[in-house]
Amino acid sequence: MKKKKKLTINREWCKGCGICVAFCPKGVLVLDKEGKACWAHPEKCKNCGLCELRCPDIAMELV
Amino acid sequence: MAVKDYLRERFFPQIWCPGCGHGIVMANMIRAIELNALKKDEVVVVSGIGCSSRMPGYLDFHTLHTLHGRALAFATGVKMSRPELTVIVPMGDGDALAIGGNHLIHAARRNLDLTAIIMNNSIYGMTGGQYSPMTPFAKKATTAPFGTIEHAPDLMELVRGAGATFAARTTTYHAKEMIKIISKAIKHKGFAIVEVMSQCPTYYGRKNKLGNAVDMMKGFKEGTVPIGSKKKANNPDLIERGIFVEEKRPEYSMSYLELIEKYRVETGKVVRR
Ligand SMILES: Cc1ncc(C[n+]2csc(CCOP(=O)(O)OP(=O)(O)O)c2C)c(N)n1
Ligand code: SF4
Ligand code: SF4
Ligand code: SF4
Ligand SMILES: [Mg+2]
Repeated sequence: MKKKKKLTINREWCKGCGICVAFCPKGVLVLDKEGKACWAHPEKCKNCGLCELRCPDIAMELV
Repeated sequence: MAVKDYLRERFFPQIWCPGCGHGIVMANMIRAIELNALKKDEVVVVSGIGCSSRMPGYLDFHTLHTLHGRALAFATGVKMSRPELTVIVPMGDGDALAIGGNHLIHAARRNLDLTAIIMNNSIYGMTGGQYSPMTPFAKKATTAPFGTIEHAPDLMELVRGAGATFAARTTTYHAKEMIKIISKAIKHKGFAIVEVMSQCPTYYGRKNKLGNAVDMMKGFKEGTVPIGSKKKANNPDLIERGIFVEEKRPEYSMSYLELIEKYRVETGKVVRR
């Protein structure tokens, strides 16, 4: 089985555009009170990497 | 390596507006360079002026940030003097097609081994949202408050006619496709052009009531189809994505070296490149 990856979000670089939130196929992400992306339901994440590939600010890393 | 390892991190967070598509192009261009297993000092990124053209400043390769519209002219100089280097040229649609339109045609005609990436947001982003040659008919801009009466060319047809040996189109929504296409364009020996439809929510989006960055990317998802899709027959407004041109033709910097060698053999003279 593929190893479960972990998503790190760089809050300093995130501009809260919501692209990752809108296009996550599993609804894993939300914008928090400060308007930054947040990995709200990690258990639902399927490691697809789409959030990382579409983030304009290189604020997400799936490792 | 991770994408971050190719950045000059001291300049981050970058300057582009929230949701600007140019950042998506930059990150996936890095992934495409990584796929080609190129070392940092084997790559030169050359740009002109514009929001899109700010990209090289963030990248830890050899980089040149030059004059509006003239990126291909500078890139030509780099490639002709150091043909062993991989030269990538990110450009804006205004940069590449208005002031730089002639350079684009002649780089394609010569088939010089450059990879041009046109980040087409259909507007002059940097200078406040004036319409560009790529603004579609009837769309609005600060200089076209009632909609433009000009028609945008089909960039793929334009560069095919000029002689480009690789031409492809993708969008910021189609990130995986973008990586594959840019990677192929870098591998291609000859002039390669990749049009990436990119969103400028600040000007093009706002002027044309297209919503935010997410809405504009949904527009790319719904408004485009792979080349040859049957959907296009029923809806001619759909824009095709994929590789439009992929041909082999002698490459300019190599032809130049061959010419020098031929002259050397025929005359016995030493020629400096
Ligand atoms: C010789 C010259 N003419 C005009 C300008 C002003 N100028 C700067 S950027 C730009 C257009 C930018 O649009 P585009 O190339 O589409 O890039 P974007 O900002 O949309 O990414 C213009 C006209 C300039 N800097 N230099
Ligand atoms: S896509 Fe990137 S910048 Fe936008 S909200 Fe998500 S992490 Fe932040
Ligand atoms: S990796 Fe895929 S499933 Fe996981 S948060 Fe990102 S987009 Fe959602
Ligand atoms: S003005 Fe437009 S092109 Fe320039 S950074 Fe903002 S969104 Fe991007
Ligand atoms: Mg533009």
